[in-house]
Amino acid sequence: MDLARTEVAAREPGDPRAGTKPRTRPRTGTGTGGSVARLGLMVVPVAFFGVFFAYPVVAITVRGLKVDGVWRFGRIWDVLGQPDIRHVLWFTTWQALASTALTLLIALPGAYVFARFEFRGRQILRAVVTVPFVLPTVVVGTAFLALLGRGGLLDELWGVRLDTTVWAILLAHVFFNYAVVVRTVGGLWSQLDPRQEEAARMLGASRFAAWRTVTLPALGPAVAAAALMVFLFTFTSFGVVQILGGPTFSTLEVEIYRQTSEIFDLSTAAVLTILQFVAVGAILAVHARTVRRRETALRLVDAATTARRPRGAGQWALLAAVLGSIAVLLVLPLAVLVERSLDAPGFGYYKALTSNEGSLFLVPPIDAVGNSLRYALAATAIALLIGGLAAAALTRRDTGRLGRLVRGFDALLMLPLGVSAVTVGFGFLIALDEPPLDLRSSWILVPLAQALVGVPFVVRTMLPVLRAVDGRLREAAAVLGASPWRVWREVDLPLVRRALLIAAGFAFAVSLGEFGATVFIARPDNPTLPVAVARLLGRAGELNYGQAMALSTILMVVCAVALLALERLRTDLRSDRTGEF
Amino acid sequence: MSTTSTTKKITAVVAVTGLGLAVLSACGSSDSGSGDGEGSGSKTVTLVSHDSFAYTKDVLKAFEKESGYKVRVLKDGDAGQAVNKAILTKDNPQGDVFFGVDNTLLSRALDNGLFQSYEAKGSDLILPEYRVDQDKHRVTPIDSGDICVNYDKAYFSEHELAPPTSFDDLIKPEYKDLLVTENASTSSPGLGFLLGTAAKYGDKGWEGYWKKLKANGVKVVDGWEQAYNEEFSGSAGGKKAKGERPLVVSYASSPPAEVIYADPKPKTAPTGVADGTCFRQVEYAGLLSNAKNTKGGKALVDFLITKRFQDDMPLNMFVYPVREGAQVPESFTEYGPKAENPETLDPARIAANRDEWVKSWTSLVLK
Repeated sequence: MDLARTEVAAREPGDPRAGTKPRTRPRTGTGTGGSVARLGLMVVPVAFFGVFFAYPVVAITVRGLKVDGVWRFGRIWDVLGQPDIRHVLWFTTWQALASTALTLLIALPGAYVFARFEFRGRQILRAVVTVPFVLPTVVVGTAFLALLGRGGLLDELWGVRLDTTVWAILLAHVFFNYAVVVRTVGGLWSQLDPRQEEAARMLGASRFAAWRTVTLPALGPAVAAAALMVFLFTFTSFGVVQILGGPTFSTLEVEIYRQTSEIFDLSTAAVLTILQFVAVGAILAVHARTVRRRETALRLVDAATTARRPRGAGQWALLAAVLGSIAVLLVLPLAVLVERSLDAPGFGYYKALTSNEGSLFLVPPIDAVGNSLRYALAATAIALLIGGLAAAALTRRDTGRLGRLVRGFDALLMLPLGVSAVTVGFGFLIALDEPPLDLRSSWILVPLAQALVGVPFVVRTMLPVLRAVDGRLREAAAVLGASPWRVWREVDLPLVRRALLIAAGFAFAVSLGEFGATVFIARPDNPTLPVAVARLLGRAGELNYGQAMALSTILMVVCAVALLALERLRTDLRSDRTGEF
Repeated sequence: MSTTSTTKKITAVVAVTGLGLAVLSACGSSDSGSGDGEGSGSKTVTLVSHDSFAYTKDVLKAFEKESGYKVRVLKDGDAGQAVNKAILTKDNPQGDVFFGVDNTLLSRALDNGLFQSYEAKGSDLILPEYRVDQDKHRVTPIDSGDICVNYDKAYFSEHELAPPTSFDDLIKPEYKDLLVTENASTSSPGLGFLLGTAAKYGDKGWEGYWKKLKANGVKVVDGWEQAYNEEFSGSAGGKKAKGERPLVVSYASSPPAEVIYADPKPKTAPTGVADGTCFRQVEYAGLLSNAKNTKGGKALVDFLITKRFQDDMPLNMFVYPVREGAQVPESFTEYGPKAENPETLDPARIAANRDEWVKSWTSLVLK
């Protein structure tokens, strides 16, 4: 998740605020020994990704494209030639573009307000707008269903139903990604020195011209990075489209799921997987370039000094508009979700969760809470281990061939964010079911899949902090005779502790909400929260619907608590530099 | 923040994570015990099925008592998904017996080697019209049902309109915008209805029929639950949800279900069946290819066609028994007589065309 990286990128060493002169890095580190050690650190993460990501994905793709021992590459053109597949591609692309445009339109004023205005409750509100981002897509879908679906709030008030329309999908995507823009763009905006724009105006530029020539170019790369991330998330959207789209709308990711699980056309699913892989690779490559471009020096100041109270009717109106849009788009869906979950007398839906009478599962739905927490804890532990090692290996920016290797590894770590989770889960089922990797009936399967999406968060949170550690401290310790382990423990660890906690929180939240892969591999007698919600929603009847709302509310509360705890950590320690989140 | 409080926090996280792992490993070990039918040994037999599988508890208990096996039931999504997942996991299956593959998907299961050969005890008592795969005995028929258009009696009497009685009626202007059906690629009644039209109008003709049906305002939703309990105006659930469509693709046994579950029970069913719109569906069970508990699995398949289980099925799953002499409850015959002349399709023809038809149907109706 790149919210972390982009915001932090602006504050990396070389940042004038750091108080030291921009450092030049030793080109070869501590010599060949260091490189070998770092390559050694990479072994575990590389093996992990090889076995639990590349192998299952390749296995499932091969199974789709190789029939009776013969490769069927011709299938690729067959599939791409089908009108309904082209329709899916077209819909996937344009809804992602529309979602991105709509998100920017609605969230950029928000980014400005959070960056430049000082008002009561700003910190809390900043945390509130981030809650949707860590919410599981299933909860987002359920919340919008409660607002826009049959018997939803709008239906009751005005008889308006938007589920199974593209509007529901677009609005849910805005809800989900608002924080990406506010944090990525707003984070930088708050550090841009307003005096530069003022200087331009003193020299006679109009307000707009000053903004266009001074602020916009500085913000441009951040806006582009945020837009690309929103595009990536909406391009691969699954849970939201699955729940709100009905049978008519499907993204590539949803279509892969349908082709696999419902139509059982594995070769079409394989072709679509490859297609999505290529598209996501391209998006990530463009994004990496954008971020590198952003690292060019900007004149940055402490965010605390740039915000002031709104002045004049225009600014107050803007603030009110932004607060209004947050209330309607972000807070209302969640409020309706909670309200619907309480719609039965005496917490009836919550009570029903504890009974397995007439239940879909072997166990009372409330057991899904315990399952989810256990799985997410294990996934967090795995993600911290793998992500921590990877971040340590990536700490130094190398040049030359080693540098390229390291950058390639860096990119590899990002891929699970974009590659079809459905494919991963499905690959797990067919690839990890025989010795020596007979994990099919083991509980560890679910946390392993969830850890795959947790690792990128861990790396993105830890890496900037590790890179910011002054290399001279390590060298000094080494010169004084400390062993590498001791150097790490005495120098690096104290500096990265908080980043580690924050990374753990994020990995925990995304594992808790992971749906695409889990839906395939969670066993029917051990459902996770998102899986249980989705299956309850798939059944008619008030009680099922109410239970889905209640479970979603529980999931939302757990995620929100995790996030708010992190937000406190972040603001507590605003003074020193650490990764965002 | 001071270093001490950071240290405290990290200690807390480590402690919680450690605790979590301890809990996990505890749960993991108990899981693998019951999960594979190992541990507690071959005394547990696992039945994998779809969400609609239902039974009377006492009946299953009696089987457990007599056979000495403990039965675990895993319901794994709707019928199609359950079959597909069973095929994907066939090398290391989740259970020993699979119940719930129907004639529309049977070839997929057989072609992929989902089942192993086993001729169930008592299979000679299965009515001949349901028998398939007689040379290999990979599956045993368990129940049958008819997929038919149901109508809301109140709507048609209020509007002084005769309910439709055939596929042809459904494309007439007086029934415009009245029918809701299920997605043929995700729902088994949806697929059954498509196959019914294919049986009626032929390999080519059905597409023309569906074009007219679409022009006549047919609505498609993903699953039966949604169609029947939310969109259909005649069902108890649909009335509550203010469903607006008086015609729905459901089962011939749905009208008796409306009576049996109602309180107080009405004298006649509030819904009826359009007799000329039916397609016959048969559900099978089989012993999974790599079942860990083969012996228990065989006993379980035998059990599914005993008179006791066959008598128990109708009121639990709203299907008809396939065994000679099994009892169909009176309320069943009274409120929902079996379809007179349901459409049927040769399994080989279904096997050869199903995927192509579903694909064409999806492009034609959904896109």
